[in-house]
Amino acid sequence: MTGLAAAATTSTGEAVQFWILGTVAVIGALSTVLLKRAVHSALSLAGTMIILAVFYLANGAYFLGVVQVVVYTGAIMMLFLFVVMLVGVTAADSLKETLKGQRWLALGCGLGFGILLAAGIGSASLNNFNGLGAANAAHGGNVEGLANLIFTKYVFAFEITGALLITATVGAMVLTHRERTERAKTQREMSEERVRSSHLPPLPAPGVYARHNAVDIAGLLPDGTPSELTVMQTLRRRGQMRDVSNEALADLKALEQRSEARLGRDNDEEEVAK
Amino acid sequence: MNPVNYLYLAALLFTIGASGVLVRRNAIVVFMCVELMLNACNLALVTFSRMHGNLDGQIVAFFTMVVAAAEVVVGLAIIVSLFRSRHSASVDDASLMKL
Repeated sequence: MTGLAAAATTSTGEAVQFWILGTVAVIGALSTVLLKRAVHSALSLAGTMIILAVFYLANGAYFLGVVQVVVYTGAIMMLFLFVVMLVGVTAADSLKETLKGQRWLALGCGLGFGILLAAGIGSASLNNFNGLGAANAAHGGNVEGLANLIFTKYVFAFEITGALLITATVGAMVLTHRERTERAKTQREMSEERVRSSHLPPLPAPGVYARHNAVDIAGLLPDGTPSELTVMQTLRRRGQMRDVSNEALADLKALEQRSEARLGRDNDEEEVAK
Repeated sequence: MNPVNYLYLAALLFTIGASGVLVRRNAIVVFMCVELMLNACNLALVTFSRMHGNLDGQIVAFFTMVVAAAEVVVGLAIIVSLFRSRHSASVDDASLMKL
């Protein structure tokens, strides 16, 4: 009786781990859905995936736990972050509803679906709990056991997986490849074009005469106005140019006012002394 | 603790991911929610594998990971090419069949 009860439950340590990490995983999943910026969503999803890797390890799936960290959080989430950076970090989701009541309907559907799933799990008779000890030990370890299955029983699925990966690689290359429609300019043509244009010397650097030297801050001309030429074209097109000229001018004005006040006070004091 | 709790956690994560797919409109975030759903399925498969004491569930989870990797590569390529033609990653903007 006690043996049966012990077989149907996990150790206390695992229970503590489950409740703590499970809470964090749910918080991470919720913030993936709720946070406005795609970067924050990606980072919280990476956290959830690492916690799932810990759960795989706790469940005796040692190979999958390591693969989860290496493939999911290492490769897939970094690919996500790469695309987020490519598409634009500042592109926040618009919160305007295009379909009226869609958000509440979606939440209702999600709630109903969750209740359905939980009821299904609750009503299933899942009392047998064998543990993976015997299965892992049968071939000398978790990895050996998985290899034994992959290369015998599931070898055909494994081969098809290879075909799928090759297809995905070719598909990604085809989708992101851009055909060049015009001939590439030669160096001679580029130099001639440059001489004909009004800008023969290199473009001025950003941040010159400004108080910062970051690439997104336009350099200031001697009269204090920002020069558009100093910021690279990509940032200019995206509208990510920061303008500090007003700040600099305001600072200058404040300094002048302060010195004037100081001088005025000095003059007053001198007059009083006289 | 009963290991069925892992299944409840997987169901909860799957539900959160599904709601995210319905609610969000940034294509990248929608994609991340799909990944969350796949991960929840993997957790359920690993738990089933432990309950039944054989490794077949882990094999299926492994194949799910491979398919998810292939799916991410193609999906992100589609998102990048959509962004190139429309300068937006919102799923609402992709309302025409032709790019």
